[in-house]
Amino acid sequence: MCSGCKAQHENIEWSSNGSVTLRVRKPEHLSGIDAIVLPGGESTTMSMLLESSTLFDPIAGLLNEGLPAFGTCAGMILLSAKVLDGRSDQRNFDSIDVTVQRNGYGRQLASFEADLNVEGLDAPFRSVFIRAPKVVAVGADVEVLATVTAADGTEAPALCRNGPVMVSSFHPELTDDPRLHELWLAQ
Amino acid sequence: MTETGTYRVKRGLADMLKGGVIMDVVNADQARIAEDAGAVAVMALERVPSDIRRDGGVARMSDPEMIQGIQAAVTIPVMAKVRIGHFAEAQVIQSLDVDYIDESEVLTPADEAHHIDKWGFDVPFVCGATNLGEALRRISEGACMIRSKGEAGTGNVVEAVRHLRSILGDIRRITQADSAELFEWAKVLQAPHGLVAELAETGTLPVPMFCAGGLATPADASLVMQLGAQAVFVGSGIFKSDDPAVRAKAIVEATTHYQDPSIVAKVSTGLGPAMPGIEINTIPENERYASRGW
Repeated sequence: MCSGCKAQHENIEWSSNGSVTLRVRKPEHLSGIDAIVLPGGESTTMSMLLESSTLFDPIAGLLNEGLPAFGTCAGMILLSAKVLDGRSDQRNFDSIDVTVQRNGYGRQLASFEADLNVEGLDAPFRSVFIRAPKVVAVGADVEVLATVTAADGTEAPALCRNGPVMVSSFHPELTDDPRLHELWLAQ
Repeated sequence: MTETGTYRVKRGLADMLKGGVIMDVVNADQARIAEDAGAVAVMALERVPSDIRRDGGVARMSDPEMIQGIQAAVTIPVMAKVRIGHFAEAQVIQSLDVDYIDESEVLTPADEAHHIDKWGFDVPFVCGATNLGEALRRISEGACMIRSKGEAGTGNVVEAVRHLRSILGDIRRITQADSAELFEWAKVLQAPHGLVAELAETGTLPVPMFCAGGLATPADASLVMQLGAQAVFVGSGIFKSDDPAVRAKAIVEATTHYQDPSIVAKVSTGLGPAMPGIEINTIPENERYASRGW
């Protein structure tokens, strides 16, 4: 993927199933992949580069065919059905029925980390939110696997899944805990 | 229980900017052009370095009104510069809810011995470095991102290359050192032994390292990314060129596809003149920004 935390995703150990990872920068890199991670970064930049690299439509096609996808932070924005406070020319894949508000928790000074209880995991998951998107609505067929209580006391979904598509407001790639990647691929 | 301002949270934003271009802007219009072009962040400052160089005088932090105007104009992170050692300017910038502070040699230093104690702030800091010792000293003071300094406002990439090679070359050499030699390295670099030992173990700085100072073309961006920079800052190089919007987008694409010369060639085609640039030897020693910082 184009910007942000791709290397961190690769550093997470995929030991459980012996997967190999590669970075997608051009359409030909998409052939033969079994799943895709859309990492953190700036969603406006990623959206533009997906267009200029002619990756947007091929990825959209694969997602429509059921390619498993995990989107973290900016990646979540790209996979969402609806984006609030985005740029008018920003495109998203509409792969999971969630509505997100960009920078919904505020600017960098409001960025935070917290232990979240995740459905399907025995122990809490340390979750890092960086200028994170906030989930403001989810569709009926979307499972909310974790919620977070923000500084203002309001609770919002932080980890959502619908079939092979999983999205998080936070960055599992900023910790060395592989459990969410495993949870996603076990689906 | 949520925690803000932790080291992981501060460093995390630097991780998100990797592979991207951070552009100097002096007003909201330029900020919009930068965002449209795909910048991952903008650096708000009153004058770009080449104008500071030309005009002289004391360069200070920007007017809060100008920073707020830029914050209102774009959705990407907004950074702002403060003078070396000027912690009161940093307090002001933090109170504006800016996303990153650059304690920058491009502004006139406020303290000739001390940098800001950056551990005392919730907002993350980036600092410049010309060599590994300087980088490690800044990290020990709490910087969450290092940028090789280069020579800002020149449009000449030679100093950026020198600093990047110096830092990354010494990192490579330290990974070959035995445990006794690490004490000597710490002494020579004037850096904490703990950080030197960590570096020997991991082979990389504990924070992201970006490149700045003199980049003017897509090929410049590709060059420093191939040398090992994780992202680039472009200052005067964009808005002092003939067609900033097109050049900005070209540099973004070249930074993403830095390993693909055919794409760098494509985006370099028909860009119009880059900023004219300055030969480094013509700048008197005491007017070189890179020598500021201790």
